[in-house]
Amino acid sequence: MKTENQKAWLFVLPVLFLVAFNALVPMMTVVNYSVQETFGNNQFFWQGLDWFEQILRSDRFHAALGRQFLFTATILAIEVPLGIIIALSMPRQGIWVSVCLVLMALPMLIPWNVVGAMWNIFALPKIGMLGYFMNDVLGVSYDMTQDPLAAWITVVAMDVWHWTSLVVLLCYAGLMSIPDAYYQAAKIDGASAWSVFRHIQLPKMKTVLTIAVLLRFMDSFNIYTEPFVLTGGGPGNSTTLLSIDLVKIALGQFDLGPAAAMSLIYFAITLLVSWVFYTLMTKDDRR
Amino acid sequence: MRKRGIIPVVYILFLVLPIYWLVSMSFKTTNEILAGFSLFPQTFTIDSYIAIFTDSTWYWGYINSIIYVSLNTVLSVTVALPAAYAFSRYRFLGDKQLFFWLLTNRMAPAAVFALPFFQLYSSIQLFDTHLAVALAHTLFNVPLAVWILEGFMRGIPKELDETAYVDGYAFPHFFVKIFLPNIKAGIGVTAFFCFMFSWVEMLLAKTLTAVEAKPIAAVMTRTASSAGYELGLLAAAGTLTIIPGAIVIWFVRNYIARGFALGRV
Amino acid sequence: MAQVTLSGLRHSYLPDPKEGQDYALKEIDITWRDGGAYALLGPSGCGKTTLLNIISGLIVPTEGAVLFDDRDVTADPPDRRNIAQVFQFPVIYDNMTVRENLSFPLRNRGVEPGLIEQRVRETANMLDVTGILDRRASGLNPDNKQKISMGRALVREDVNVVMFDEPLTVIDPHLKWKLRSKLKELHHRVKATMIYVTHDQTEALTFADEVVVMQEGEVVQIGTPVELFERPQHTFVGHFIGSPGMNILPCEARKNSALFEGHEVALEGPLGGQAGELTLGIRPEHVLIAEDGIPATVAKVADAGRHFIIDAVVGKSVVKVVDSRNPPEKGSIIHLHFRPERSRVYRDGWIATEPRT
Repeated sequence: MKTENQKAWLFVLPVLFLVAFNALVPMMTVVNYSVQETFGNNQFFWQGLDWFEQILRSDRFHAALGRQFLFTATILAIEVPLGIIIALSMPRQGIWVSVCLVLMALPMLIPWNVVGAMWNIFALPKIGMLGYFMNDVLGVSYDMTQDPLAAWITVVAMDVWHWTSLVVLLCYAGLMSIPDAYYQAAKIDGASAWSVFRHIQLPKMKTVLTIAVLLRFMDSFNIYTEPFVLTGGGPGNSTTLLSIDLVKIALGQFDLGPAAAMSLIYFAITLLVSWVFYTLMTKDDRR
Repeated sequence: MRKRGIIPVVYILFLVLPIYWLVSMSFKTTNEILAGFSLFPQTFTIDSYIAIFTDSTWYWGYINSIIYVSLNTVLSVTVALPAAYAFSRYRFLGDKQLFFWLLTNRMAPAAVFALPFFQLYSSIQLFDTHLAVALAHTLFNVPLAVWILEGFMRGIPKELDETAYVDGYAFPHFFVKIFLPNIKAGIGVTAFFCFMFSWVEMLLAKTLTAVEAKPIAAVMTRTASSAGYELGLLAAAGTLTIIPGAIVIWFVRNYIARGFALGRV
Repeated sequence: MAQVTLSGLRHSYLPDPKEGQDYALKEIDITWRDGGAYALLGPSGCGKTTLLNIISGLIVPTEGAVLFDDRDVTADPPDRRNIAQVFQFPVIYDNMTVRENLSFPLRNRGVEPGLIEQRVRETANMLDVTGILDRRASGLNPDNKQKISMGRALVREDVNVVMFDEPLTVIDPHLKWKLRSKLKELHHRVKATMIYVTHDQTEALTFADEVVVMQEGEVVQIGTPVELFERPQHTFVGHFIGSPGMNILPCEARKNSALFEGHEVALEGPLGGQAGELTLGIRPEHVLIAEDGIPATVAKVADAGRHFIIDAVVGKSVVKVVDSRNPPEKGSIIHLHFRPERSRVYRDGWIATEPRT
């Protein structure tokens, strides 16, 4: 049981200062921009909630948001089941465990723009391994700079490549926490492999799976660098996800007001969905 | 059992292929790369690596990255330790709200912060310094560090603290001499994660630097665009950015699974 | 229900065992009578759990055979052996109710619903858990969880043998006593062969009709609780069972007696065998404080409630004495008398004296 102690605040202060400095000041800047209009020369005019209204009504935002949700849903639908299957088939002991874990974690330790660049090179028609394989071996026409579908598939494949291991490692940690006695008891009780999964492994993985989904949701929703380097959001707008669109508006067109308003809306959505996950998770923690 | 072993093997093959392609390309000549597909380098060359190690923009990019990543790791873990202790041991006014607020910063899209960060760090004269990137990365690393450490600390029974007080240890002494050694693994894992996220993040690092503190991966994209398609050079630089991660991960391999579960299994 | 025979059993966890110490189990031959209540007693790491897992089929032994009645089941997997096992920590299926937990082993074997319902009700009655049948198992306290684990083992009618692997480890002391008597009662009702693994002598002695004592992969003695206490076959048994354990004292051999610290001690009978290291074994309960005998200095007196435990120093040795009368003062000189019919000599740990008949 935790004890009540208000002095604990002293321990938290350094973190509080550091994060507040990084979070609050920029956030206020964003809020400030979001309600004003500027024509340069550091002149600002009060704009009220116009930008918010404009963004919320704009087709461009809707399209980017739609693509974003489609992307997040797609990678979750692939990475979570795939991660579970791989974790279940991992060896439980021996030197191969370390080798597997290290190799699997490797993609996550590569700078994000290198990931994008790497997949770009990988997918180049004629020159890249994937591009060569698709076009010249399988005979499928594949060029992600021309074909939106190919671009979309490549972005999804890259994310699966980059992040499925996170789900694997989390599930693996969950599986390792199951005492042997559970498997032995299940054998003696005559349980089938499916029963073992359904009644032993899945319940024990619940907490880690929630963490996995939460992290994958947040990170895929915020994704910027990898798809930007890979496709630049193209061809057309086909792979322009929310962050890419935001940066285009803010730095490309220097429309600070709409960009700021969009930032806040964007942030609010992330926060809302994450909060739902977080509540579910801590509810589990307490039990 | 044998059949099941196929799945991880296939998956790892899928993971390794693009990396192999990058590495193999870094040893090819530009002519060979542009000439078409070849599985192995036909004329093996290390020219790309020589180019990188003789050009100060390149290798300084490398050094810059390592400086700000290390700075950030030390900073994040140091401030997160007492905070995680407070969260794991005490209830205090607004603790849950504070914890969630910290996590919201882990959730914030980096793109939202790019421009305001640029203005903030310019206004305090820190633009294009290692400290700026290190500080900016605490935005998402500190909450993460608090989260992981709290998970590990929760596993240490409170009796340890109480016994130490009964034995007459003052708090700072207890914390450094007794408590910290008990969560060594947790600290290692946390440091690893801070290193990892600071190393891979590029949007903020690029926005906050120009010349002096430019990270290797950012040097890479600029060179690639300005000098046209020097794919060999790009591949070599990319390969070099993978190495630190691979080294660091080997040290924490035994704790990595638990670390990813944020100490919560 | 069946008689379980282990013949010539050896097991090693190493792929290519050579010497004796490579084996976790060295040469085991035991027959467990049908319907008997057995305890398998020994310190941690002595091979009890390995032996148990061989009987349940979780481990295939390196050498030897396991027979249920006359059927050789050595190679059969656990689900084909028709056995039940209760583990050290409660194993329950968190996402099921108590009722679903209890019926799980029956449903997996395709037992018809009516019979399942009846068996679950009977088992719940036996274990006093009828009231919580529809609760989710995850919310239960540890002793109820362990009861459910036991219930899953007892719910099947036709099990050959029920095994308990230190089932009371996580149970509160005052509930331990209750569950222990419950188990004894269950054995009388169910009449299945039961094997109870523990390192706690009280648990073993209260549960079992017969106790198998193991040490370092070997069976050192099989016997009733009284036999183990009265005439340990090995110094390990003497030391392990009893509180405090048997005195194990250095000695030299005389013709029909032993020489301990220069004093002659009469034995239960003649001494057999040759060579080896000799020790004199006598329980503290069987050392009397007498008018004359071996002189000793009292080094310590401990109050154990109903009696005192006295540490008496003779030469370089310490002899423990249990006495319920007024204890002597610390530092005083007393005289010890070793009851001859309880004084035995052990050679390399194994008993070497024969009782006079």
